[in-house]
Amino acid sequence: MRGSQVIGEAAVRAGCRFYAGYPITPQNELPEFMSGAMADLEDGTFIQAESEIAAINMVIGASMAGARAMTSSSSPGISLKQEGISFLAGLELPAVIVNVMRGGPGLGNIAPSQGDYFQATRGGGHGDYRAIVLAPAHGQELADLTRDAFEYADRYRTPVMILADGMMGQMMEPVVFPDAVNPAKLPRKSWILDGARERPSRIIRSLILDTVEMEEHNWKLARKYRMISTEIPRAETYMTEDARLVVIAYGTAARIARGGIRRAREMGLKVGLLRPVTLWPFPDRAIREMSRLVKDFMVFEMNTGQMVEDVRLALEGRSAVHFYGRPGGIISTPDEVGKAISSLYYRQHLKEGP
Amino acid sequence: MTAKTNKGRIVIDSSLCKGCYLCISVCPNECIVVSDETNEKGYYPARFINAKGDRDHACTGCALCAIMCPDIAIEVYRG
Amino acid sequence: MEELVFTRPRYLKKAPFHYCPGCGHSIIHRLVAEVIEELGIGDRTIGVPPAGCAVIAYDYFDVDMGEAPHGRGPAVATGIKRILPDRIVFSYQGDGDIAAIGTAETIHAANRGENITVIFVNNSCYGMTGGQMAPTTLLGQNSTTTPGGRDARRDGAPIDLSEILALTRGAVYIERTAVSSLKNIMRTKKAITKAFKTQMEGKGFSLVEILSPCPTNWKMSTIDACRRIDESVVQTFPLKVIKDETG
Repeated sequence: MRGSQVIGEAAVRAGCRFYAGYPITPQNELPEFMSGAMADLEDGTFIQAESEIAAINMVIGASMAGARAMTSSSSPGISLKQEGISFLAGLELPAVIVNVMRGGPGLGNIAPSQGDYFQATRGGGHGDYRAIVLAPAHGQELADLTRDAFEYADRYRTPVMILADGMMGQMMEPVVFPDAVNPAKLPRKSWILDGARERPSRIIRSLILDTVEMEEHNWKLARKYRMISTEIPRAETYMTEDARLVVIAYGTAARIARGGIRRAREMGLKVGLLRPVTLWPFPDRAIREMSRLVKDFMVFEMNTGQMVEDVRLALEGRSAVHFYGRPGGIISTPDEVGKAISSLYYRQHLKEGP
Repeated sequence: MTAKTNKGRIVIDSSLCKGCYLCISVCPNECIVVSDETNEKGYYPARFINAKGDRDHACTGCALCAIMCPDIAIEVYRG
Repeated sequence: MEELVFTRPRYLKKAPFHYCPGCGHSIIHRLVAEVIEELGIGDRTIGVPPAGCAVIAYDYFDVDMGEAPHGRGPAVATGIKRILPDRIVFSYQGDGDIAAIGTAETIHAANRGENITVIFVNNSCYGMTGGQMAPTTLLGQNSTTTPGGRDARRDGAPIDLSEILALTRGAVYIERTAVSSLKNIMRTKKAITKAFKTQMEGKGFSLVEILSPCPTNWKMSTIDACRRIDESVVQTFPLKVIKDETG
């Protein structure tokens, strides 16, 4: 199964019963998979929408009606969905959005990149909101994080983005899927719109003209985001116990970085990797704690420098932050990254030790 | 128009009336006029002339005024 | 024995309408609420309001309502209806919402034959934002963005969205009516009833376009605004059944 299909299978098993999407490379395998998967279910709905915009709005409707709903696209299509994502946040609706990143800006190219980090984590849409952003780095994580995405979306009533890239979408790795969830057995949602039978009618809206009320609502959302920030940030570490230089990378960049780190270790350099799994909430604390012993971080991204800003924010000057990036769809080799790591290591005189 | 039996009456909620006077334009028996006094919102509301026995302004309870009224300011009674 | 023969419908909340004096929205809201009550579907109806003067339609309709971004009502309604096919789902939209920014969503919901009902309120301008040109603004009509009047060469001609929708195979019932006179109001109520029945019988996409007075932005008295519809607007947008394949 290719990565995109793993996401699809995991979504179905997580109880996803509504998918709307649109063709765009490099994620076409996902709507294609979902068209078959939803057709096989009695209660599944697949719609190839007329646009990315229509798709996210159909997801809004399906979510209002209580379904676990998902859409997917790639970079330019995700730009189109931003209004919808802002609405999902303001309406406090659960939904999962998959972005299989490609080169940009503009039409860009169809090769893998990580150029949408800002768009994903800084809320590409308008208003005071955040979206949860999960960054899988291997096949098993594509499955696990998809399951988590639907759980978080329902738990917090908020949109969740799965941020993958073109390479992840294509890769084939063994995956163990969790057991399927029966949507009927999920906890009942007390706020959905399903017709006011024997209850007062409900309104789901994000328009709040009264500024006092709006401020309250904004702070309520902010408190929700703060709670999410304490409950779910996640990062994985690799060979960091005695490291003097730690590479920070996510997704495909992290996979490549691991190879580079192994090569550096073979040369006797004490290097490790910190891999954020949640990009929002960003694992600030894990990085800050590591900075007590590690005075040099190298952020490696497949772009011209986006996550590096969050690393600097997290550290607040405690350690030096360096950046190595390859945008445009270039996929670095582990050798190349290993060289970048080692050359930085020597420039920072880390061979001599503390 | 032949005078009809005065079977009907309407109640205009003047606080809801916005002075559009569509009711006046459709009443077949001229039972509604513009009030001299404004309501809370500053509109001059429509006012029902309760003219029982006056065959020229006899309300028949046809409810055309209520059907035309955008603000559902009129209730209609018949009988 | 005196009886009450006309009162506020059950499915309208008591809140007084914020709409302008003589606004068609008020009449149309009441007709939709009456139809919902008469068809007995109030407890399984879900509505989607527009961005526009009727953005707070949920403060009036006493049914479940879910907000959509501007123009996207038919897509949101599609999502709701596909998940809850036995509920009655309607989208209530103005002319800018449905025929400008929402054109794609409207045409494709119709084309897919989504079993939803769309109420299209046509006041030939953007009302809420102060009277700008809309796709339905008449040639020569003044608006805040067509000084000197709409000019076909600069602004294009008004668009016949309902006629365009009729060309899609999925649309089964489309009618254009008005609320400018008693006769038209009665016809509008019949059309709305038929549209909801079309959905209840699972026959496909239904839409009622309703020419609606906008005295404020047309800068006319209420009576004159109604007359403008009867004399002028219907020349561009004739009142008729545009499509009926309900059988």
